[in-house]
Amino acid sequence: MALQTPSLELGAPVMAPAAATATRGYWQSVRRRLARDPVTIVCAVVLILIVASSLAAPWLGLADPYKTSMIRRLNALGSPGHLLGTDELGRDMLARLIYGGRLSLFMGVTPVACALLIGGLLGITAGFLGGRTNMLIMRTMDVFYAFPSVLLAISLSGAMGAGAENTLLALSLVFIPPICRVSESVTTQVRGFDFVDAARASGAPSLTIVRVHVLGNVLGPILVYATSLISVAIILAAGLSFLGLGVKPPEPEWGLMLNTLRQAIYVNPVLAALPGVMIFFTSICFNLMSDGLRAAMDVKA
Amino acid sequence: MLLYALRRLVYLIPVALGVSLLVFALVHLAPGDPISAIVPPDAPKEVVDKLKEYYGFDKPLPVQYLRWLGVTLTGDFGTSIGTGRPVATEVATAFGNTIILAIAATLLAFSLAVILGTAAAYAKSRIVDRLVTFISLVGVSVPHFWLAIVLVIIFSVELGALPPMGIGPENATGWRLDGPHLAHMVLPTIALSVIPLGVVTRTVRSTIKEILGMEFVTALRAKGMSDGRILLHVLKNAAPTCLAVMGLQAGNLIGGSILIETVFAWPGTGFLLNSAIFRRDLPILQGTTLVLAFFFMMLNLAVDVIQTMVDPRIKRG
Repeated sequence: MALQTPSLELGAPVMAPAAATATRGYWQSVRRRLARDPVTIVCAVVLILIVASSLAAPWLGLADPYKTSMIRRLNALGSPGHLLGTDELGRDMLARLIYGGRLSLFMGVTPVACALLIGGLLGITAGFLGGRTNMLIMRTMDVFYAFPSVLLAISLSGAMGAGAENTLLALSLVFIPPICRVSESVTTQVRGFDFVDAARASGAPSLTIVRVHVLGNVLGPILVYATSLISVAIILAAGLSFLGLGVKPPEPEWGLMLNTLRQAIYVNPVLAALPGVMIFFTSICFNLMSDGLRAAMDVKA
Repeated sequence: MLLYALRRLVYLIPVALGVSLLVFALVHLAPGDPISAIVPPDAPKEVVDKLKEYYGFDKPLPVQYLRWLGVTLTGDFGTSIGTGRPVATEVATAFGNTIILAIAATLLAFSLAVILGTAAAYAKSRIVDRLVTFISLVGVSVPHFWLAIVLVIIFSVELGALPPMGIGPENATGWRLDGPHLAHMVLPTIALSVIPLGVVTRTVRSTIKEILGMEFVTALRAKGMSDGRILLHVLKNAAPTCLAVMGLQAGNLIGGSILIETVFAWPGTGFLLNSAIFRRDLPILQGTTLVLAFFFMMLNLAVDVIQTMVDPRIKRG
């Protein structure tokens, strides 16, 4: 769970007076490179399957993920009617694992999306305006950087109390600084390019420069960096639930399931490890996909 | 050099103040009154007011902050609501236990990462390179608290080879360097080292690969220098980058060990923080967070200074 700030370097900048047509060319080549990358495609398909099945869970003919049964507690894998067994309260594991994807993915992706919006906005503002604004924003971020990321997430949600909303808030706060830093550094680089000076010399208003010249060049690297954070966020969100700080029972969520099944490691160890396998697979897929995107979008890390 | 370190230290002061402000705010992020954690809900209003006055909660927030900062700077972190002992003592004991685990995990992760990363960079066969890349991918993707449970399942439940939890044999207080205590360290150390292992292996591999492509390596080869001697040159050039990444990882490991400590009931800062959260022991929560954050800042500073010492190319701006 390491939030590293890679020193992102821009690939070839999207440079051309007719930005619109040039940009299309760039995205076309990105798509072509992605289409030739089997690993990324497989990961994307797996992720789509996980997301789709968790969203479509009510229509998949699964057992009720909340229905407990005192006589069917901790059934082994492959027991009749329960393909993946039952948990410590006799609830169907397969259903809970699939339903669990809803909250687990939501809790991982939402904070990164929020942080992308806020951190990206702050970072681009700091990078583009420079000077005092930059100082103010970036020094504030330094304060958050003084905490190890896991500690910050746990202390914040620990102080605010358990609950999904507080976890989302705490995780968003954890991911804003790294995204802000990356956005600031790429924006500062883009600001130094000649075409920005040229646009300014030709009298383009600042907002237009940001919209046309800056955003087009910085969004790619920022997005790639944000996707690399999703796996960290999913693990961290599951970790908070595992500690009892995130989602509350009886909701199905992978981290919380790992926590409640811990008592079962002597009875049915394979069962107890299952939710972690889901977290692991999801996070590996997000990591590989982020690597593929980085390569395809020509962002050097 | 010393001057550079001192100047960096001065730059840290505003950040440190910001950190203290954030830690102070933790108490006020908590739902309800900070006093409500220590008094029963049906306490008479006069008692609550008295307590508020005693703890200074009746003053405006800026005054409270300055008072708290002043007291904290003298090393007084308050009293634990749960145990009644001074927070400083509790945190110090736990911190020692965390550090022991962190040092072991850092050493394990770093040595393995250097070996694996170098092997991958040098590898002629793609299989070795692929394998190492896969290992580092697993390292950064695996939920380490799950890995901890899996390790317990394999080595404690199934094989019965290693103890599943605790810092030492039953009734042990604190850590000692002997067999039983070391046995208790094995699983938490492995679980804690996977993330830094993944990250650092990646860094070592890419850094060494980059250096191997540089002209000076070709020149050394052309000169007829032995591969072993060349490796020394390469490692020396790769050291600053790898050390910097490892330093950051070591800090994250100390702050992030809370999940691992919870799984193994290891009496460190993470365990302390976790129990403080559930007892709503806010002074402990504040004290632990503050100490860990300051340690992290100092560690980052040390890494920066060491990096500039090792690598004269970095300007001491």
